[in-house]
Amino acid sequence: MTFQPTPRQLTAIKAALFLLTLLPALHYAHGLWSDSLGANPIEALTRGMGIWTLNFLFLTLCVSPLRKLSGWHWLLRLRRMLGLTAFAYGCLHLLTYLWLDQFWDVDAIARDIWKRPFITVGATAFLLMLPLALTSSHAAIRSLGGKRWQSLHRAVYAVAILGVVHYLWLVKRVALLDPIIYALVLAILLGWRVVERIRLNGPWPTRSTPPAVQPVVFMKRDAAAALGVPKKR
Amino acid sequence: MLIRRPPDLLPSEITPEPLARGRRALLKGLGAGAALAGLGLPQISQAGSLGTLRPSPLSSDEKLTPLKSVTGYNNFYEFGTDKEDPARHAPGRLKTQPWTVTVEGEIKRPRTFSIDDLLKLAPLEERIYRMRCVEGWSMVIPWVGFPLAELIRQVEPNGQARFVEFVTLADPQQMPGVRSPLLDWPYVEGLRLDEAQHPLTLLAVGLYGEVLPAQNGAPIRLVVPWKYGFKSAKSIVRIRFVREQPRSTWMKAGPSEYGFYSNVNPAVDHPRWSQATERRIGEFIKRKTLPFNGYADQVAGLYSGMDLRRFF
Repeated sequence: MTFQPTPRQLTAIKAALFLLTLLPALHYAHGLWSDSLGANPIEALTRGMGIWTLNFLFLTLCVSPLRKLSGWHWLLRLRRMLGLTAFAYGCLHLLTYLWLDQFWDVDAIARDIWKRPFITVGATAFLLMLPLALTSSHAAIRSLGGKRWQSLHRAVYAVAILGVVHYLWLVKRVALLDPIIYALVLAILLGWRVVERIRLNGPWPTRSTPPAVQPVVFMKRDAAAALGVPKKR
Repeated sequence: MLIRRPPDLLPSEITPEPLARGRRALLKGLGAGAALAGLGLPQISQAGSLGTLRPSPLSSDEKLTPLKSVTGYNNFYEFGTDKEDPARHAPGRLKTQPWTVTVEGEIKRPRTFSIDDLLKLAPLEERIYRMRCVEGWSMVIPWVGFPLAELIRQVEPNGQARFVEFVTLADPQQMPGVRSPLLDWPYVEGLRLDEAQHPLTLLAVGLYGEVLPAQNGAPIRLVVPWKYGFKSAKSIVRIRFVREQPRSTWMKAGPSEYGFYSNVNPAVDHPRWSQATERRIGEFIKRKTLPFNGYADQVAGLYSGMDLRRFF
């Protein structure tokens, strides 16, 4: 039942996964090329890159639960690629906004980030992703130390929450269904972690140190940590 | 059938060649419609051409947005929230025959018009208008219709009428989106009486020389070119003349985001995005949005003395 790929198989799985992560980008590139993204291709592209950022973030967050439920510990070896793919789509999403929506008008961009809460939230999510992407290498894990690296990378929960808030906030209320579905999926992914914590450590009031059962609590602390933690001691 | 223009036209007013060819091809495909058009009788029961149309000095001379975009990229939430949903779901589902429009309220001659009555109410004109959506995109659309003022004259508002309310069809059988509770159906819009009587305000029954496609608000819709697109209610079934300012569907949904006037105004941002620029569909670089969507010369006088930041 428990499948354990050989190193060669794992390499093949990784290569296949890498090709799969390119598919959405290829789809949109082809759509631009063949003018099949509808009447407003730039909007479709911006939206598409945003949605795929969330999709890959969610896939990244699926790794731990899937690993626990299936016993396939090797799934962990795929997590970095999924996370970096989310970051790559986040970069493309940001790029479409900065270039195709604002045409590098620094004043307009600054005003937008300041005045529009959904853009503020999106920009914050992107900034929080940066240190995670920069510390994704084995060398970074070693130099940070596993514990510190792990607590830094808990910022991914904040990124996902901010990403969904960004989505919820930007749509008109008639179009709320899709972002609500994303919010529910995220609630399940984060809720599973809370339940696991409680199951392993008992109900949190009995513990001596406050556990991070509420994502909001550690989100704030980690958000600060993510921006303030130096790369090296 | 090409629109005959006055002989003193500027080179910029000539329809670009590919577009003109597109229109001809479009009309050629309409055997029966074109035959009817030859008789000069507007006939909405047949899909197709609306016959000989009067050109209008109020038309824009800008490059038209391709028909494919005009009919394929729509906000018509009764048929779904994606831009492509109306084109996918409205044709075939929306029954536009028979269709009546009830005109009532503070008027001397209340009446229910059939769509054929409305087509004979005034000569049909082609009006090429800019259309600016509140979401930040715009089009140039050759509408076919007649001034709402013509209808208003016939029903004779009494001294109490100050506003006009437009109620649109909300039939869950035909319109899957109406089952969603996220908006307060039916879709309601409103204008001040003087806005409704303005010569630019159009009741449209067609576009690109043809009967209005279902996804564009068939069989009859409002077009108010100096206001954001959502003011131009689609598939109208009731027009009420009232004393009090109507509460439109979008005002109920988001009072801080959508005002009664909703005049296109680059200086007043939507709370969630800037209205300073717009993307003309088919163009890459965004354009600057013009006050009153470029119709300030004709309509700014309607709002003299009003604080347009407050009455947004």
